Amino acid sequence: MCGFGGYLGSIRDGKPLLERMTAAIGHRGPDEHGIFTTPGAGLGHVRLSIVGLGDGQQPMSDSSGELTVAFNGEIFNYVELRDELRAKGRRLRTSSDTEVILHLYKEMGEECLSLLNGDFAFAIWDARRHRMVLARDRMGVRPLFHTMKGGTFYFASEVKALLEIPGLSAEIDPIALDQIFTLWAPIAPRTPFRGIHELEPGHLMVAHQSGITTRPYWQLDYPDRDQRSAYTNENQAAEELRALLTEATRIRMRADVPVGAYLSGGLDSSIISALAAGMTSQGLRTFSVTFDTAEHDESAFQEAMAAALGTEHRAVACRAGDIARDFPDVVRFTEKPIIRTAPAPLYKLSDLVRETGLKVVLTGEGADEVFAGYDIFKEARVRRFCGRQPGSRVRPHLFRKLYPYLPGLQQQSAEYVAAFFGAGDVALDDPLFSHRPRFKGTAATKMFFSADLRAELKGYDAAEELVGRLPTAFGRWHPLHQAQYLESRFLLPGYILSSQGDRMAMAHGIEGRFPFLDHRLVEFAAKLPPEMKLKGLVEKHILREATKDLLPPAIGKRTKQPYRAPDSHSFSGAGELDYVRSAMGEEAIAAGGLFNAKAVTKLYEKCQSRPASGFRDNAAFVGVLSTQLWLQTFTGNSLRKAEAA
Amino acid sequence: MTQTIKDKVRTFVIENFLFGDTAYELADDASLIENDIIDSTGVLELVAFIEDDFGIAMADADIVPQNLDSLARISAFIEAKGAVPVSA
Repeated sequence: MCGFGGYLGSIRDGKPLLERMTAAIGHRGPDEHGIFTTPGAGLGHVRLSIVGLGDGQQPMSDSSGELTVAFNGEIFNYVELRDELRAKGRRLRTSSDTEVILHLYKEMGEECLSLLNGDFAFAIWDARRHRMVLARDRMGVRPLFHTMKGGTFYFASEVKALLEIPGLSAEIDPIALDQIFTLWAPIAPRTPFRGIHELEPGHLMVAHQSGITTRPYWQLDYPDRDQRSAYTNENQAAEELRALLTEATRIRMRADVPVGAYLSGGLDSSIISALAAGMTSQGLRTFSVTFDTAEHDESAFQEAMAAALGTEHRAVACRAGDIARDFPDVVRFTEKPIIRTAPAPLYKLSDLVRETGLKVVLTGEGADEVFAGYDIFKEARVRRFCGRQPGSRVRPHLFRKLYPYLPGLQQQSAEYVAAFFGAGDVALDDPLFSHRPRFKGTAATKMFFSADLRAELKGYDAAEELVGRLPTAFGRWHPLHQAQYLESRFLLPGYILSSQGDRMAMAHGIEGRFPFLDHRLVEFAAKLPPEMKLKGLVEKHILREATKDLLPPAIGKRTKQPYRAPDSHSFSGAGELDYVRSAMGEEAIAAGGLFNAKAVTKLYEKCQSRPASGFRDNAAFVGVLSTQLWLQTFTGNSLRKAEAA
Repeated sequence: MTQTIKDKVRTFVIENFLFGDTAYELADDASLIENDIIDSTGVLELVAFIEDDFGIAMADADIVPQNLDSLARISAFIEAKGAVPVSA
């Protein structure tokens, strides 16, 4: 796990530039750093040493010197791949997974990607063909950004490294902002930085003198809804799931340093911790966040699970004021405006892990996408159920069952509940049916956009762009699979794995590993019949069946509690810090130019006086504040101008 | 009197849910839910406003879109309850 940057093109002072780029992402690799330059290309790398501690330095060249790689992440099946290479007579000089990539690429070219099981982003300088080959893992665990400047192609693990390029300055992309304020994340390859793009998950990019080509090497796919599933026997499916998940966890325990686990108290991280605890002889160390707000805190379940597994457990308390204190740093690492504060406690958690000396943690992330755990899947099912009897007063009560943790909803009449969820919506063939209420509700935050920003957006519709990005086969899939695709292909890499995942962990040099996102498990789960995943309104049914012997019943039968953190409430009282007042002040908002200063002032006052605001107000508050911090951090705009005024 | 009630309701909705955006063309019969002006928490804020500012005790059965989902419906509901603004 590391970070890298590089370029393809003839530039002066390539080496000092790479030094600056790698310094900008030094948090990703505190253990070592290295630079490689050759006429027309360069690579820089910072290393978090996990595999091949003594001989895995990067950038790494092959014995001929024709191929040089800079690699961020892990190839979890490198042991098997290395054995196969040796069996073919290849001589490997190191014990690292990095060298395996070099050998496979030399032998197979880009086709080697199909053999790699891992979380990775890498760049290979191929001197034979004078080209740079970039690739990113299938699900989008590891990041990779790129841009063109003055005819040179640049790339890096984080945008802040690209901002070291002479003459390149950060400017917000209004379309990306609209997407965040509608879909929670930009639609890749777009990023919030105008002119800077990310390589999409599962994609390969080849850059050479005559141009750049990009293509997917793997795509998430589901069977046609009328197609008979290969899995009709539930017991058999559960057995196969268990075997795949065990194997996915086993190879993710591979490291030359100890591996710990995040333990949220929910089903998914408990399963992973239980599997991992059974695979280590040294005792597993587990880590949690606790909250002093009852609606967010899961410490009782965390402690119960840690006790059941006998892990050495540590928890960090996220108290009132902590989120506000860390939030500017959080935005500096997410490099995106965000509409939820949920990344902030994870920033604190990775700090705790780092304090204990660990570098690697397993997490349960991905299970909700792969096995249909999110409430939104159930919500869509209930909406379809209500849609069959639009006037029903009874059916909408099911919505309350879905959201026991939303007090505002529990107090509403059936008519209101039905109206909020668009239960009478008969557009069942809408490709975004499952997500339409969320997108619509989130887009309500755009009421705070300034007149100038609205004019620049010219009526742009982020949801429609998303529709245009769906694969041809999408319309033939089961509605649950359509909803799973939307979560897995867009929100997972765009927010969960990046803003909450890689960025918060790597801010403190911690590598997260995600057994549920092993591509073999993802492909298996995609082929399962929908009712094995969402059985009635019981989420992740097949996963529960496959792992019921691993968990205490109180955990195994637990209904999903989504991971949430206090939002606007975090910034009132103890969290009302000077920077918040400054960033949300009328002058700073006007200087940023993106939001309506008077409206934001009223929003700020409302959130200060009545912290229990609804979703829109919370999302708008966090979205505006994080955008203001983004401007301040990356463009030097807004607040500085306001201070100078 | 209806005009006074409606004005007061309109002012509350604009200040509290539209954050002072007087440029927003809020028709009297426009749905507050369909236009994303109000969410589930907003309904409770609206109920508190009606109770506090018009002295009406709202039963659960009163809290339905038929009574509260537009300026016109809210005003008619308040008027039907025979209320006048507490501060008027």
